[in-house]
Amino acid sequence: MSGQGQRLNVVPTVTMLGVMKARLVGATRGHALLKKKSDALTVQFRSILKKIVSTKESMGEIMRNSSFALTEAKYVAGDNIKHVVLESVKSASLRVRSRQENVAGVKLPRFEHFVDHGAGDVKSDLTGLARGGQQVQACRTAYVKAIEVLVELASLQTSFLTLDEAIKTTNRRVNALENVVKPRLENTINYIKGELDELEREDFFRLKKIQGYKKREIERQQQAAKNFADEQYADISLKKGMSINSAHNLLVVGAEKDADIIF
Amino acid sequence: MAGRAQIPTKNSALIAMIADEDTVTGFLLAGVGNVDLRRKTNYLIMDSKTTVKAIEDAFKEFTSREDIAVVLISQYIASMIRFLVDSYNKPVPAILEIPSKDHPYDPAHDSVLSRVRYLFSAESVASGRR
Repeated sequence: MSGQGQRLNVVPTVTMLGVMKARLVGATRGHALLKKKSDALTVQFRSILKKIVSTKESMGEIMRNSSFALTEAKYVAGDNIKHVVLESVKSASLRVRSRQENVAGVKLPRFEHFVDHGAGDVKSDLTGLARGGQQVQACRTAYVKAIEVLVELASLQTSFLTLDEAIKTTNRRVNALENVVKPRLENTINYIKGELDELEREDFFRLKKIQGYKKREIERQQQAAKNFADEQYADISLKKGMSINSAHNLLVVGAEKDADIIF
Repeated sequence: MAGRAQIPTKNSALIAMIADEDTVTGFLLAGVGNVDLRRKTNYLIMDSKTTVKAIEDAFKEFTSREDIAVVLISQYIASMIRFLVDSYNKPVPAILEIPSKDHPYDPAHDSVLSRVRYLFSAESVASGRR
């Protein structure tokens, strides 16, 4: 993976090291939180799925009952019930209201049905029906109940799809943090530490070198001084015919004892 | 969050229907039908003469209308326009597949449950193993 060896391009200073460390802590905390959110959403997802499956089964049952009721009504009231109903359609009295619910941080839609009484009552318009009013009523109640179940199912389905989307994005973010952002930050921190260590080593090395120079300088001076002193003894011993030792005594020791010898 | 589709909070939205005559009659009896000033209805009655193109057009129209929150479609009709139904991924309006008299409900073909099949192949109803 190309993200393994990458690091951010930064100036390797101590401040940047602090900044990178703070960002790594933030990324770690964010990663843990997002993982928790993803787990919570998955739990919700599974429970909604179970509800959807059971609701769909019961819906099949209810639709069958409604179809039976309709067949009965058709049998009793004659076949032109269809035309009467079709003609009498004006404005929907059974409508759906949509709200938003916040579940585990995700806005899920919820539908609920309600009857809008002001939009024209269908009951009064079935004037073409000669017989079978009771069956028609029974049929209508069956279908209204079917609508209730269907609206709830629609609500579950939309929540399901929205949750699916939300889980995908959250998982994408978790994976991004885990596989791209954190390794990059860690590599950057290691790089900065390495550079700082190397700078320190360079400094140390430079210090040692300079100490070495200074020491050699001092040694050389001492050597030069000693050579100079040796030359002086050699001079005196040559002129007066003494040994170097006695010349040394004359110069150094004599100066200490005899106050008369002044140089 | 920015970029995610906003789900509108509406106070009154309609239920659209694409089904055979009997099913639609039943729902109209319950009071779901709506005809507006321009004679546009929120249902499509399907019979043997309806073309696939007409069904497609009706589906596209219902899903792009602002005031429709739920679209009920018979499962055998949904199979005819399966590609449209499967590629539909907006949260609103919700697409529901309902059984009809001659074609009982078959979970293996439901567009939503078949998507779940990929995720939970062992426990899903849609896997057809029940």
